[in-house]
Amino acid sequence: MNKIVISILSFTFLLGQSDDISVQDIIQAIDNNLNAKSRILTSKMIVYGRRANRTIESRNWVVGTDKAFTEYLSPAREAGTKMLKLNNKLWTYSPQTDRVIQISGHMLRQSVMGSDMSYNDMMEDRPLGELYEATLEGSEKIDGRNHWVMLLEAKTKGLPYPKRRAWIDQEYFLPMKEELYAKSGKLLKTSTMSGINKVRDRWFPSRFHFKDELKRNSKGTEWVIDDIVFDKKIPKTRFSKALLRK
Amino acid sequence: MIKFLIKGILRDRSRSLLPVLVVTLAVAMIIFFQGFMNGIINSMFLDSAVVSTGHVKVITKGYKEESQLLPNDLALLGTKQLIDKMAHKYQDYFWTPRITFGGLLDVPDENGETQAQGPVFALGIDFLSPGSRQIEIWELERRLKDGRLPENKDEVLLSTRLANRLGLSLGNSVTLIGSTMHNAFTTYNFLVVGTFKLNLGPVDRQMMLVDISGARLALDMEDAASEILGYTNSLFYDDTAAVALRQQYNKININNTNIFSPTMMALRDTKQMGVMVDWMNAASGLIVGVFLVISIIVLWNMGLMNGLRRYGEIGMRLALGESKGQVYRSMVVESAIIGSIGTVIGTTMGIGLTYYMQEVGLDYSKAMESLASTEIIMSNVFYAQITPELYYAGIIPGVLSTVLGTMLAGRAIYKREMAQLFKELET
Repeated sequence: MNKIVISILSFTFLLGQSDDISVQDIIQAIDNNLNAKSRILTSKMIVYGRRANRTIESRNWVVGTDKAFTEYLSPAREAGTKMLKLNNKLWTYSPQTDRVIQISGHMLRQSVMGSDMSYNDMMEDRPLGELYEATLEGSEKIDGRNHWVMLLEAKTKGLPYPKRRAWIDQEYFLPMKEELYAKSGKLLKTSTMSGINKVRDRWFPSRFHFKDELKRNSKGTEWVIDDIVFDKKIPKTRFSKALLRK
Repeated sequence: MIKFLIKGILRDRSRSLLPVLVVTLAVAMIIFFQGFMNGIINSMFLDSAVVSTGHVKVITKGYKEESQLLPNDLALLGTKQLIDKMAHKYQDYFWTPRITFGGLLDVPDENGETQAQGPVFALGIDFLSPGSRQIEIWELERRLKDGRLPENKDEVLLSTRLANRLGLSLGNSVTLIGSTMHNAFTTYNFLVVGTFKLNLGPVDRQMMLVDISGARLALDMEDAASEILGYTNSLFYDDTAAVALRQQYNKININNTNIFSPTMMALRDTKQMGVMVDWMNAASGLIVGVFLVISIIVLWNMGLMNGLRRYGEIGMRLALGESKGQVYRSMVVESAIIGSIGTVIGTTMGIGLTYYMQEVGLDYSKAMESLASTEIIMSNVFYAQITPELYYAGIIPGVLSTVLGTMLAGRAIYKREMAQLFKELET
């Protein structure tokens, strides 16, 4: 009996919430937080390996969702490696071989620098609203904070994760926890974010944790943002293939 | 008596020619057949051992669990010390490190940009160390189709099929795109110095061979290896010995659950090789056994026929006063001489034929090329193999069956009554 009463109350609460703000508004708010006209950031990727952990430092320049340039700063073996993303194309340059190589096809599913993130994950940062149809499944309390649980199903074909479930913080409008699924429903990856700060007019996390659920014994990868600047003008020359070799 | 019997055999061709011919043919066929089966089985095991399994191999426990994924983050470390230890302890084997890795091979155009790209299955093999037997066991000099063998760490051999698919020729530079043992992204330039064809079905479709020092640099695997392969010094796979060695080695680490602790596998423990080893041994034993039994029956029957054919002659000799024992013994010795002559000639012929097939082989390329699976490594050309037992394998069917046949037929001598002899001779 108690369970029924609680269920009815929860349902009423949910209805109340969705009256205040629509699912589309929530998704829009998430996109507003995570996407910007441009951003320049310095970050550390900590890859928790089975034998040892590695920390890879990089600097990124991003304009919208189509242009991104990454330069790896350390460790020594990776320093000088650069990546350029233009629309749906990705090139990489490594100083050891002095070659500019386009990453395409099944290589896009490979891990970036041994992390739990794939090149596809790096490439795919179009707004959620453009790619997914969202359905509100309920709400949950995590660490004393209210979250919406939302199921996102792909609107377009060919996405690396046709289905994802997100736990969205009701204050920050950020997907604090996500489960990314294959078309078959198999769980492929999980991600969490933490260290939420107000940067200008948006909430933005400073730590992400990704875990490839297909990797046995994987402890995941942490991505820590040391420094981020939004909406700063970045010259067009930053996104040229010629800059990869410089 | 033996001298007398030999003279009789040589002078009376009707007594010796056909029996010697039959024994010769039967022995030659048995020897050739056994040599051919030996060749197929040993070559199959050796091909598998050379390309992937070794006669035995040492890997980490974690690598064993995920071997299909080629997880070089679970590779063995400190391989020089490990190999030195094993070479000292297990002297019937020689040990060699191997790195197995996958990736993409990228071919640049004149501006250094991607012209062609394709998946590659690569092996880092210890070609360049002094005393390494890898060129010998891979038979690379024979299998090289174009160019030369690698002489330094940055030189690679590509299978002809991979080179053709990517439009590569000798002297071209290629870039390997892959992951280091720490799973970091890596690119490394290699120079194509030769192309090869293994003639092992589809196994070399995407294969690249590089010296292990080059693979170590490319994959950041200093003194590390995916596996350490062990081969018997004679290159013959002895399943019982390999299994015993594996048990002895693994006893040390039996309670160690650390995924980086080394463990040994015998050839039969890899993929479906166990079933293959058992099946091949059983099938070859059965085929050779059936063939042997048929030959024994034929030769036995020939001994019987020979005894019966000489019924009159035996009667005459008994009538002239030779004792039954003397006649019986002389016939047995005579059949032993005939059997021995046939066995020697048959063995010589059989070994000659086996040697020819050992050198030339039987080419099954077209049938093997159509196989899609790369799991079972099987040669496109079947070669026979001369093994020590072939030199005496003909004795049982060649000498013993002939003698046994004669002994059986000779029992009739003792049943003959002297009183009846003259009546028989009169008719």
